[in-house]
Amino acid sequence: MQTPPLHLGAETPVAPELEEGAAGLPPGSPRRIVWARRRAGLRRFWKAFRQDKMGVAGLIILIFFAGVAIFAIFADKSGTSITQAKGEPLQPPSLQYPLGTDDQGRSVLTLTIQGAKISLLVGLSATVITMLIGSTVGIVAGYRGKATDMVLMRITDWGLVIPWLVLAISLASIFGQSLFVIILVIGLTTWPSTARLVRAQTLTVKERPYVERAQALGASNWHLVTRHILPNVMPVIMANTVLIVAIAILSETSLSFLGLGDPFSISWGQILEQASNAGAATLGAWWWLGAPGVCIVLVVLAFTMIGFALDQIINPRLRER
Amino acid sequence: MGTRRYVVRKIVQAVITLIAIMIFNFFLFRVWSPGDPVSFLTRGQGANISTEERQALITQYGLDRSTWGQFTEYMKDTFTGQLGVSSFYQGESVMSVFLRFLIPTLLLVGISTIASMILGIWMGIRSGWRRGSAFDRASMFGSLILYSMPEFWLGMLLLLFFSSMLGWFPVGGRISTDASDLSSVGYALDVANHLFLPALTLTLAYVGEFYLVMRSSLLDVLGEDYITTARAKGVPERRVLNSHAVRNALLPTVTLVALSFGYVIGGAITVEVVFSYQGLGLLTYTAILGKDYWLLQGLFLFFSAAVIVFNLISDFVYAYLDPRVREA
Repeated sequence: MQTPPLHLGAETPVAPELEEGAAGLPPGSPRRIVWARRRAGLRRFWKAFRQDKMGVAGLIILIFFAGVAIFAIFADKSGTSITQAKGEPLQPPSLQYPLGTDDQGRSVLTLTIQGAKISLLVGLSATVITMLIGSTVGIVAGYRGKATDMVLMRITDWGLVIPWLVLAISLASIFGQSLFVIILVIGLTTWPSTARLVRAQTLTVKERPYVERAQALGASNWHLVTRHILPNVMPVIMANTVLIVAIAILSETSLSFLGLGDPFSISWGQILEQASNAGAATLGAWWWLGAPGVCIVLVVLAFTMIGFALDQIINPRLRER
Repeated sequence: MGTRRYVVRKIVQAVITLIAIMIFNFFLFRVWSPGDPVSFLTRGQGANISTEERQALITQYGLDRSTWGQFTEYMKDTFTGQLGVSSFYQGESVMSVFLRFLIPTLLLVGISTIASMILGIWMGIRSGWRRGSAFDRASMFGSLILYSMPEFWLGMLLLLFFSSMLGWFPVGGRISTDASDLSSVGYALDVANHLFLPALTLTLAYVGEFYLVMRSSLLDVLGEDYITTARAKGVPERRVLNSHAVRNALLPTVTLVALSFGYVIGGAITVEVVFSYQGLGLLTYTAILGKDYWLLQGLFLFFSAAVIVFNLISDFVYAYLDPRVREA
């Protein structure tokens, strides 16, 4: 694969194409070249991603569910309230109710569409928390080394040892049931594996010659971390982020299923909780537990497939597998 | 000498971890929990209690003491193994509640861990040895789907299909209500009949992990020089696989057993709820619904301790299998 030359001021192969984003900057200025490099990198990345069938399939599924979630924001929500339910209870799929009804006569399709919104919201927000804590701990531990590293990694190891669901249950039942608590709890219980991964990558980046060079030129720690370490650890963080979203969505499902979710917002896990409590499986109401479950599997699958695709682009050694 | 030092170091680390978790546990439930402890701890026992009852509870739980006093009391309680008093199971010590629910969970988690490990390793070997075959592709796809599934949903599907539609298995519980009338063979069969679907659920849910690790570790080993050497010597292919490749590839899988143990416990909690299987998982669910924080606190400590001990054992097994670990 061809990489543009790294030294400043040189004519990069993509230089003529830079217009917006670098507008107003004099030609040949460092910023302009940085922008050109970024675009070229993005283009190369997209080209590689497009060739990964699984990754593209994941992306298509994801775009579909993102559309459903956006639709749910603007759609009529009256169908989700028990008092306004119009259907007969526990009806199998029909023309009027394409996915049947639950035990309160609500349309399972409406519930599932609304569930997409909360499940994605919780999954994405929790991931932000996980990534912030995990990356910070990982980079600080890897970069500072010595005692800082030891203390942070001990804490990380404890986090890895504690069975996550039990910890999440304890936290959620102590601090009450709300979307905010659920998001926080998932974020606080999933960061250790990210921290380990980021630390390992930081350690290898730290040893690279350009870091030593910058250090010799008198760069501050802040400059080193933000300008040299972080950009090179970022690809690993991005690939991990996508995989963490999958885990966060599954975690939300488990917690909601155990009755620890926000009682006022419908998520896929919560629909399954209600189905389980009403004995949907024993009653043979396959449509009720089927729809939300299939959605969870598809979304988690989509994120996982995209994550694997990113991993392969970043880490070409994996491609041999 | 190296071995002994390794063992001692690992044990000391495990003990430190355990103590750290005990301290964390105390702070989580007693210090960081919102509101005043009495109304917090009695949330499960109805809203209005009289002043005398309130006072009695304060004395019973030792909440009139300083934080430090409570802490020493808590540590004493934990080391004597009583773990305080459950509020849901009125007056019974948390430990004795545990013991009633422990065996079914041990059975469930033990059987499904062993089954998923054997199945996963077998599939991983077949897949890695014939990479790109139909079996390999199908297994990869299957394990990806299973990974994406919440364990309890898989359980609900199996329950729907095998119990509700086909009627092959009971719809839940650990044992039939009339089981005490049965002979010992009939009793064992009854237990197995109730155990089958939950165990199958957990096995399917975790087989993918073992499969993926075994497969990739075998692929790594197959790329090693000593495999080429073995082939060049004219060692038959079967023997290359069984004696040279698989034995070395098994190592990472051993560590995975311990690492995934925490997740299996999590899975067991939700799956036990689906099948109303009376084990520690269902007990956890009861503790959540009944807001029995003493029970929850005990369960948290117990599950964490179980994972730590399990990790310790796997460290030893790993060191036994791979001398390089001991030396390092």
